[in-house]
Amino acid sequence: MLSLYILGDSPIHRCPAWLKLLALALIGSVVMIIDSWPTLTAVLVLIIGAYVLARVPWHACWPMLRAMIIFVAIIAACQWLFGSAATVAVVSIRLTCVIMAANLVTWTTKVSDLVASIDVAVSPLTRLGVRTDRFSLAIALALRFIPVIAEQGRRIREAQAARGVRAPLTYLAPLIIKTVRMADGVGDALESRGADLRPVTTAGTPACPSRRAFVDTADHSG
Amino acid sequence: MIRLDHVSHRYGARDVLHDLNLDLSEHRIGVVGSNGCGKSTLARLCNGLILPSSGAVSVEGHDTAKDSSAVRSLVGFVFQDPDLQIIMPTVGEDLAFSLRPHRLPKAEVAKRVDQWLHAYGLQSHRDHPAHLLSGGQKQLLAIAAVLIAEPQVVIFDEPTTLLDLANKRRIMDIVLRLDQQVIVVTHDLEFLTDFDRVIVLDQGRVVCDDRPQPALAHYRRLALGEPPVC
Ligand SMILES: Nc1ncnc2c1ncn2[C@@H]1O[C@H](COP(=O)(O)OP(=O)(O)OP(=O)(O)O)[C@@H](O)[C@H]1O
Ligand SMILES: [Mg+2]
Repeated sequence: MLSLYILGDSPIHRCPAWLKLLALALIGSVVMIIDSWPTLTAVLVLIIGAYVLARVPWHACWPMLRAMIIFVAIIAACQWLFGSAATVAVVSIRLTCVIMAANLVTWTTKVSDLVASIDVAVSPLTRLGVRTDRFSLAIALALRFIPVIAEQGRRIREAQAARGVRAPLTYLAPLIIKTVRMADGVGDALESRGADLRPVTTAGTPACPSRRAFVDTADHSG
Repeated sequence: MIRLDHVSHRYGARDVLHDLNLDLSEHRIGVVGSNGCGKSTLARLCNGLILPSSGAVSVEGHDTAKDSSAVRSLVGFVFQDPDLQIIMPTVGEDLAFSLRPHRLPKAEVAKRVDQWLHAYGLQSHRDHPAHLLSGGQKQLLAIAAVLIAEPQVVIFDEPTTLLDLANKRRIMDIVLRLDQQVIVVTHDLEFLTDFDRVIVLDQGRVVCDDRPQPALAHYRRLALGEPPVC
């Protein structure tokens, strides 16, 4: 259920990223503590209200909602075997709340803002020698490359189908090989684009003075 | 200027480049040669992505083995596959990523990103996920993301291989308009007709190093198995 930023200018979009993350953490904890399904329903209604406020388009919502409904239904069915109707309701609404709230945050927050606030949140760890900038870079890379890898998987499956291969999992081996090779290429790109991949103990990269302004030379190309 | 001084390179036991001595100072330099002859290896040596097995490579006097961060900021590298070169999830963020080493104020970063998005016709895609761009747009983004960092030299390793004719022309046009030194590895020979110098590699050796016309003629004969005259 990885969704990405949807352009918009609602109050939810303008709300600072750290506040949304904090609210998400709060909602996540609160719904885990609450045991009564009417109260949980009230929380869910609040979250749906936030969706309305954010004006997230329906066509963008639907694939996530569909996946969520299936997921929650499976969990609810399992719960049904062991628990009462009330338990099923509590667990289902809890899950729905968390998934919907998390999706709303990713939809209404730019990754750069999200990553910047995560940077701030984990910054105290630098004192323990943790490279927190790598932490946020890793998140950004994951968000960037999950769709690319998914696309690769789809292409491999298509190529196999075109050659009559039908076994469902045979695409995994070529996909893993492709992904590893891709990681090599991305590593090169990171290095050549100046990502600081040196060990923690080295001093920071010196500021690179601007040498020439090239914008003029490129402006006919748009 | 990039200088290669008795440079050889091997991967494991396999020699790929043999004793190259080159001073690369012309504005536009092309590199051609058959598949596997060592063009990409040469290109990667020039920005320190790989280090020579023997000999030395220097950029403006900075040895790639000793001063890699200076070399990186001087030399930009555009890869064949933009999908691997775009690192951040959205178009605007990817351009901003290139400015990180410059440590500029946020407003200045936003301003420059906007300028470059406009220059490359990507302004309406600023907040779009990079994976939704077309192949041509991805390559434009990859190039803009290198140029925004203002390198003194830009190396292109087959920048047009994955593109259709219109996008090929567009990229060629951009490369030809650049003020800084460009080194282009390519199989598109027409790309190089207005270049200042073309180097022909064959099995890890420079077999011709000349103006485009004679060098490309040499390469064509070589590729067709006819006797060389260069
Ligand atoms: N990382 C590596 N490990 C081992 N061998 C490699 C590696 N990279 C390249 N080679 C080998 O070195 C030789 C030269 O490779 P290089 O990529 O420089 O060729 P190229 O001229 O760029 O070819 P192409 O036109 O296909 O891009 C090839 O035979 C290749 O198989
Ligand atoms: Mg190559």
